[in-house]
Amino acid sequence: MMACRTSSAVARSWLWPLAGLLLLLAFNGIFAPGFFRLAFVEGRLVGNPVHIAVQSSKIILVAIGMTLVIATKGVDLSVGSVMAISGSTAAVLAAAGASFPSLFAASLAAGAAVGLTNGLLVAGLRIQPIVATLIFMVLGRGVAMLIAGGQPRPIQNETLLFLGSGHFWILPLPPLLALAALLATAAVVRFTPLGLFIAAAGSNETAARLAGLPAARIKALVYTFSGIAAACAGLIAAARVETADPSRLGELVELDAIFAVVVGGTALTGGRFSLAGSLAGALLIQTLTLTMINQGMPPEITPVPKALVIVAVCLLQSGEFRKRAAGLFRRPAAA
Amino acid sequence: MNLAFRQRWLPTLVTAAVLLLLLAAAGALYPGFLRPLVFANILRNNAYLGILALGMTFVILSGGIDLSVGTLLAFSTILLARAIEAGLHPLPAAFAVAAVGTFFGAGQGLLIHSFRLPPFLVTLAGMFLAKGLAFAVSLQSLTISHPHFDAAASFRILVPGRAPLTTATWMFLVLLAAGILLARRTRFGRNVYALGGSEDTALLMGLPIARTRVTVYALSGLCAALAGLAMTLNTRSGNPAIGLGMELDAIACAVIGGTLLTGGVGSVFGTFLGVLIFGSIKTALDFHGGLDSSWLRIAMGILLLAFIVLQRALSRSGSPNPNS
Amino acid sequence: MTATANVPLLQARAVVKVFPGVRALDGVDFTLQSGEIHALIGENGAGKSTLIKVLTGVYPRDGGELLAGGSPIQPRSPADAERLGISTVYQEIHLLPALSIAENILLGRQPGHPAWIDWKSLRRRAAAALERVGLAGLDPGTPAGACSLAVQQLIAVARALDVQARVLILDEPTSSLDEQEAAALFALMRHLRGAGLGILFVTHFLDQVYAVSDRITILRNGHLAGVFPTAQLSRLDLVSHMLGKELTASGSIETSPGPHGHDQKDAAPAPLLEARGLTRRGAVENIDLKLHRGEALGLAGLLGSGRTETARLLFGADRRSAGAILIDGKPVPLRSPRDAIRHGMAFCSEDRKSEGIIPGLSVRDNLVLAMEASRRTLRRLSRAKREELAHRFIEALRIKTPALDTPIENLSGGNQQKVLLARWLCLEPSLFILDEPTRGIDVGAKVEIERLISRLRRRGRGVLFVSSDLEEVVRVCDRIAVLRDRCKAAELSGSQLDATTVMHTIAGADPVRQPAPGGDPAPA
Repeated sequence: MMACRTSSAVARSWLWPLAGLLLLLAFNGIFAPGFFRLAFVEGRLVGNPVHIAVQSSKIILVAIGMTLVIATKGVDLSVGSVMAISGSTAAVLAAAGASFPSLFAASLAAGAAVGLTNGLLVAGLRIQPIVATLIFMVLGRGVAMLIAGGQPRPIQNETLLFLGSGHFWILPLPPLLALAALLATAAVVRFTPLGLFIAAAGSNETAARLAGLPAARIKALVYTFSGIAAACAGLIAAARVETADPSRLGELVELDAIFAVVVGGTALTGGRFSLAGSLAGALLIQTLTLTMINQGMPPEITPVPKALVIVAVCLLQSGEFRKRAAGLFRRPAAA
Repeated sequence: MNLAFRQRWLPTLVTAAVLLLLLAAAGALYPGFLRPLVFANILRNNAYLGILALGMTFVILSGGIDLSVGTLLAFSTILLARAIEAGLHPLPAAFAVAAVGTFFGAGQGLLIHSFRLPPFLVTLAGMFLAKGLAFAVSLQSLTISHPHFDAAASFRILVPGRAPLTTATWMFLVLLAAGILLARRTRFGRNVYALGGSEDTALLMGLPIARTRVTVYALSGLCAALAGLAMTLNTRSGNPAIGLGMELDAIACAVIGGTLLTGGVGSVFGTFLGVLIFGSIKTALDFHGGLDSSWLRIAMGILLLAFIVLQRALSRSGSPNPNS
Repeated sequence: MTATANVPLLQARAVVKVFPGVRALDGVDFTLQSGEIHALIGENGAGKSTLIKVLTGVYPRDGGELLAGGSPIQPRSPADAERLGISTVYQEIHLLPALSIAENILLGRQPGHPAWIDWKSLRRRAAAALERVGLAGLDPGTPAGACSLAVQQLIAVARALDVQARVLILDEPTSSLDEQEAAALFALMRHLRGAGLGILFVTHFLDQVYAVSDRITILRNGHLAGVFPTAQLSRLDLVSHMLGKELTASGSIETSPGPHGHDQKDAAPAPLLEARGLTRRGAVENIDLKLHRGEALGLAGLLGSGRTETARLLFGADRRSAGAILIDGKPVPLRSPRDAIRHGMAFCSEDRKSEGIIPGLSVRDNLVLAMEASRRTLRRLSRAKREELAHRFIEALRIKTPALDTPIENLSGGNQQKVLLARWLCLEPSLFILDEPTRGIDVGAKVEIERLISRLRRRGRGVLFVSSDLEEVVRVCDRIAVLRDRCKAAELSGSQLDATTVMHTIAGADPVRQPAPGGDPAPA
């Protein structure tokens, strides 16, 4: 229902990661007894599913922005650095005694500024998205370290800490916040023309421009939004560990987010996108990681299965691969 | 009108000017900066980066990008350490590591070429894979101790000014010379330029695109492995946890050296200048003492931004390009 | 032809090439003799570039055979064709601007060892190749991008000749050259002809066909429309073969001076749209147009005459380098399509696939796109309103679609085009710029679109109609502006409105051309 557009092809595309997720959960259900066991500890729900949800919340937040960026045929590599900037900004401001609203606004503004710069480079100067956002991937972490004074900073703001580790009723807050952000974005995309415009600008920019769409402005907006989403993720991630480490915060998150989006059925060629698919994709990676760890694999090695899955998904989406694979299956039949 | 000329040489000239300016400023601020010893150290400490950037230059010239080199470097260091620890002589171990790196790169190249997958995505997956594999070899860093390896690591030639050139430095300088020749003098090198300039044109000219592209990524993988060797020669250990961010440094060095990120324009020598800029900034920050490494990142990021925008402006202005 | 005396250098027999939904080449024959310049002519979609791509191995053919020197050949790639002595210079100059001229000529076959390049002999060989194309003074070390387009074109020829080519294919080599530069190229072509090469020359400038070619092969809609010695084919015959009009069918060449025809709207107030001195460098020069309310103005001309370029400039899709556009007598800046839409314009591009439809989006979303984009609010059209619009236009234009949610790429060409028209109709614009709206669609849809245009006219809208189908232009339009070689050649109205006169005007510079008594075909 959150899948943006209507065609059946899209509807099908986000079913894939969901199927993968269910498969993985079934595997766990069979081979890891007690995987789904939920318990109450001090009136709060704990257990593997909750753990997965909490762990994937920052990826979901980043993936929301990334989905829209990729829908315009772009990519945003700067999100990890933006997380570091936003987390560091919040930590430093909190240490200086700033109130939650002001540090929240400042962090998001920092993310928006980076995103807008990306957008201007991409839409205004027509620099390729990978190149444009690479600049801030390099520059941003330096800025974050500068803000934080080169070292991890503790988060000293109760409200912010609550966002990271607090609970609503029996449920942890981070995944609820991520889900709320996802739903809000899905609503905007659905109930304003923006979703249509983003899909149109990504699918065929020339035709969109000739139909009167301000394609450049839409792109700039989407990158700005991605910056804001990453800034939110930075706040939550920093609050969860109660520190903002400028060199670690958001490390490799761009990969996880791109992974979630691509696995979720949004094509890198632009146009079709699915926020629901990205959600399923994010949960899929996190479940995969947890499964590997539960099976006794050291956490450091979990990138290996991730890499294999992303290559497999890309191959499945590649027309060239499908052609060859189809040929491979057809040949014995013909012979 | 003189579009190609400006695209081709102006960035390199600007790079050289930036380097000279940087050295002049550092020399004025920090007495003792402009000494042969300092230069020797810049070369030694950044040999690994220079070798990475060398491979990256070819990849970018061909119109691609390789994000896997940093973690592949880490994988190489730990693989070498593990092999030596297991009793292999350092020389065959080094060859084995180089072969693994080459195959790793060639595999990525094959995926990119055969299935028309975006290079950044494939090499992103490669980055994950190499990172995981590195930790699969060993979760901790391993110290390398072997008499022959120690001899290689402590070998140095003193040049005038009592500046020591170590094995890693020599590796870098020799590979650099080889890279310059490869780019300039061989069919392969020219095909790389042609491929990055325009794949359609290269195809119409009948150039071997598949072979060139796969070789480029294999070369980048080889360079990452050799950079890992250079690194272990400096640190005498293998470490699975390093490498992240090095790919960005390598890309930055290539771009600041005048290589166009869209491919087809640039030079290996320019990349060398880019590495020297990186090394000089790092060393100047060391001289200053109080400044942390964030400034290095910021300086590189700003230079990167400036060069990308400069190149964009250069390719936009000028003659009505029939191909665009 | 005395076939035994001279075996053709290159021959295609009954070549067929099928793309999904189109027979791009349907049994085409082609013969190129040694020592001749052979022009290949045809309108958009006639199959010229497909034929060239088949000849050079870019496309595999689906039928027929290719012969070189009498023996069958199977080129699999351009490089393969080069080895067979068939070299091509493409319309878009395929050089690498950052590399030197010498490398551009010899890339892929540099002298030296298997791995090493001998730069000295590379430069020497390149200098020799340059001399052959009359560029003796040029330094082969200069980057190719530093040369003018004309020189780059000659460098491409030098590259093509370096492989000991016996057949040289020049695909619209002059489209970016000025007169002098083209003349230099022609001199070279004649020189090469003297040396025994066969040259296949594609162009859409008729003057050039007559200036250099010995024979002409004309293609139309994937079929061979005829092969003629240039000296025996009048311009008018050439154009009529290209456009598929049988001159004999309309009887005499002269138009009947009868008074019938449409009324001139000369006394109307300020025209709805006026263009003054519209110019875009390299595309069109100094075009003046006036379009009144309730009028359909046709833009006729051959491919490359500037008709599409004019349409795009009027809509702000390209930037004009000079000239003014006035709407209702007031100059408007028109910097983007958005500006044009705001001033009540609508535009259908000739390239429906890459500039019209948004693939991946549904019929409904494609239909409401311009409407949504023109609203100045973030509120989306209500679902009911969207459905209502879609249903209304699907009914009114008889769009055949299984459902509103069907992806637009699943529709037939005619129905896609109707969706694109509906996209504009819901905005109720006052001016429609339609570039080849009926190309490549079935007859039924064609008729409906023509009817729609006359309905729009009756409702007081203005329509600028671009088409290469002359009968259609004449049927639909009140006046016709004829473009030739990027300039406006004439404006026809009233009794001059018949296909033959239009064709005369398009062909131009032919002895038969006489102004019909009904009016003066001078530029307005």
